[in-house]
Amino acid sequence: MTSIIEVRRMFRRREAIALASFALLAVLTLGSSIITSFDWPSCLRSFPKAFSWLAANFIPNGKALANAPKILARLAETVLVSVMATVVAAALAFLMALLGSKTTRPHPVASGLVRLVASLCRNIPVVAWAMIFLLSFGQNVLTGLLALFIGTFGFLTRAFMETVDESAESSVEALWASGAPWAATVMQAVVPSVMPQVASWMLYMVETNIRDATLVGILTGTGIGFLFDLYYKSLNFSSAAFVVICIVAVVILIEAGSNALRRVIL
Amino acid sequence: MAILTIKSLTKYYKDLRALSEVSLKVKAGEFVTVIGRSGAGKSTLLRCVNRMIEPSSGLIEFDGIDMRSLGRRDLRKARTRIGMIFQHFNLVPRQTVIENVLHGRLGYKSTLQGSFGIYSDEEKSHAVDVLARLGLAEQMHKRCDQLSGGQKQRVGIARSLVQDPRLILCDEPIASLDPSSAKTIMDHLHRISRDMKITILMNLHQVDVAIKYSDRIIGIREGGIVFDDEPRRLKKKIVAEIYGSDADDILFEESPE
Amino acid sequence: MTTGRDRIRLRKPTASSVALDLTFLALVGLSVFGFFAIDTKGLKTGPAAAKLLSDLVKMFAHPVAKHFSLAEAIWAMLLTLGLAFLTTLLGAFLAIILSSFAAKNLSKPAVSNALKLLVAFVRAVPTILWVLIFAIGAGLGSVAAVVGMTFHSFAYLLKAYSESFEEVGGDVVEALKASGANWTQIVCQAVVPSSMSYIVSWTFMRFEINFANAVAMGAAAGAGGIGYELFMASGFYFNIGEVGFITYLILFVAILLELGAMRLKARQHVQR
Repeated sequence: MTSIIEVRRMFRRREAIALASFALLAVLTLGSSIITSFDWPSCLRSFPKAFSWLAANFIPNGKALANAPKILARLAETVLVSVMATVVAAALAFLMALLGSKTTRPHPVASGLVRLVASLCRNIPVVAWAMIFLLSFGQNVLTGLLALFIGTFGFLTRAFMETVDESAESSVEALWASGAPWAATVMQAVVPSVMPQVASWMLYMVETNIRDATLVGILTGTGIGFLFDLYYKSLNFSSAAFVVICIVAVVILIEAGSNALRRVIL
Repeated sequence: MAILTIKSLTKYYKDLRALSEVSLKVKAGEFVTVIGRSGAGKSTLLRCVNRMIEPSSGLIEFDGIDMRSLGRRDLRKARTRIGMIFQHFNLVPRQTVIENVLHGRLGYKSTLQGSFGIYSDEEKSHAVDVLARLGLAEQMHKRCDQLSGGQKQRVGIARSLVQDPRLILCDEPIASLDPSSAKTIMDHLHRISRDMKITILMNLHQVDVAIKYSDRIIGIREGGIVFDDEPRRLKKKIVAEIYGSDADDILFEESPE
Repeated sequence: MTTGRDRIRLRKPTASSVALDLTFLALVGLSVFGFFAIDTKGLKTGPAAAKLLSDLVKMFAHPVAKHFSLAEAIWAMLLTLGLAFLTTLLGAFLAIILSSFAAKNLSKPAVSNALKLLVAFVRAVPTILWVLIFAIGAGLGSVAAVVGMTFHSFAYLLKAYSESFEEVGGDVVEALKASGANWTQIVCQAVVPSSMSYIVSWTFMRFEINFANAVAMGAAAGAGGIGYELFMASGFYFNIGEVGFITYLILFVAILLELGAMRLKARQHVQR
């Protein structure tokens, strides 16, 4: 019977694909381990050490609490920088998204240009932008702000373009068919349709930027990242752990807040 | 008098010919329905009239204006006199019913007034009257995403009516509605054409509905017109020709001679 | 009947519109406050911006490699890709084991919620801090970098996998339950195979993110690779041409990965 033969063949082909994928993964794993000199036993050993460190330092002692005002001030700075980068980037990204999205673009060339710039900003990692700006702005809070701004701009431009195309395409078509001008169409049809999504993306980026700002802060000597690095290198582990606790608290607070908000506005 | 004249209209999408040498005339106040299977070019034909799709060649004359010769600004002006109704209603879901209706006025307003949604009292009361006539007075302040499909389509009709149009293009207006809402919508459109003398050019999939409401039916197949006459002359054989192998799926009873 | 003389209101404020307005107001207000509040240590922004502009022109117009050969740069890039690969592999492995416990349709609410709480905590700690915490035990290097980066990969993929299980698995789970299959059979025979294209696509997207992370860990946590070269070029040799060369290299790989992710995503749409 041909059908049974076919079924058998299908199963055999599936097995072959599975086997080939497995072999490929094994080879890649081996190769990666060699190139990065990755030591698997030490990988396993690192877990108990890291968690016992967390457990030992998780409850802040007097030394850590004495540093609390300094830590909170730095944390506030980091949060502010994240919000500023997000807001300015979002405003610019929204304008670019209007020029770039299929629905509202005034000309295909504008759209192509916007996509190119956004792709450049997004595909060069934030850390690379930070290293670039470090040479002109030095160890300064503006270095991190600029780097976060560029990365956020690239990400949000793409996100907003997709949002505009998804949620405003049909109403824009209707308004253009009725002879409405471009600006009025954007303000009356696009803006009200996309605002909830825009707010949601912005809250997401604030949260992401706080984490990225920590990393950039270590490289540029600013914000909460700098303080963690300082305590960490001077082996003041209880204070370092307290910094981690503060960041976790802020990020979880923001995440919970934005989840609640999303439920109301979406 | 013809309000819309189309001559040798042809549209290519790359190498694919969607419309070939289509010619037709629509008289002022006429209720004309275009039927044909999906992909036959109905939607392209309708959208070429207001140049939401750019034709490749041919003539489109609306109310004495050569539509294809118009620049951006004049095209907008011409479009204010052509209403359009869509299968998926194309409303702004997060705005209220009255706001969506007033969108029909944007083409008449300055960019600044339009952008900030500043409407005159006349415009507002006109919109309210139109809504009342369509039985939506109660829904005026509801957000459009809280309405049923039939109600949404009535908002779409109201939006095109406040444009003060001479012609309304309807692209499958009842395709996403249940039968009873569909009947309400078709009755409203029929009344609009009869009482307000507004011309209607409609794409429709349901042959029986087309026969019931239209003054004239145009059948298109593979981008060309194969039938253009009164509904009573539409015979089973012709429907079979228009719809090809799909003909059996089309609900159809022979109209009386 | 309303007449022309009455004021006709177009909209009334709703909970959702008020919340939305307040969100924007708060964000913009905080930013304006920030512009006055942050301490720029008297940096002269004019000259700095001018220097930045000339730097940007120099790095993109005249990229040079001075302290390493092209072969060494490629090797460093492979190292970074290796870090990203190992991270993605470990993260995917952990996530696939646990995601069937996190998916609502396959698990008990208590277990699913506990996992989601764990994930929220894991995500709240920045990747760099996970890496540095693990470096206390393992020392700075590839092990700390990979393990530290694995945390966020795991959290991301757990969410992605369990959501695709919930989405794809719905009817299949019911059908198999009705036919008397047990839990392991359902997961291994039905749920995982039918969401395989999602799994592949999400995993590759995470690989793309992990590549950027691996560059960052090279620069900030001594993990080596192209990120370390970048850190040296900028923070040590102050060589903008070399920064440009490395940036081009990173950009090239990142765009290749993005194209790959897009193709996988498109294929997934076709299959559905």
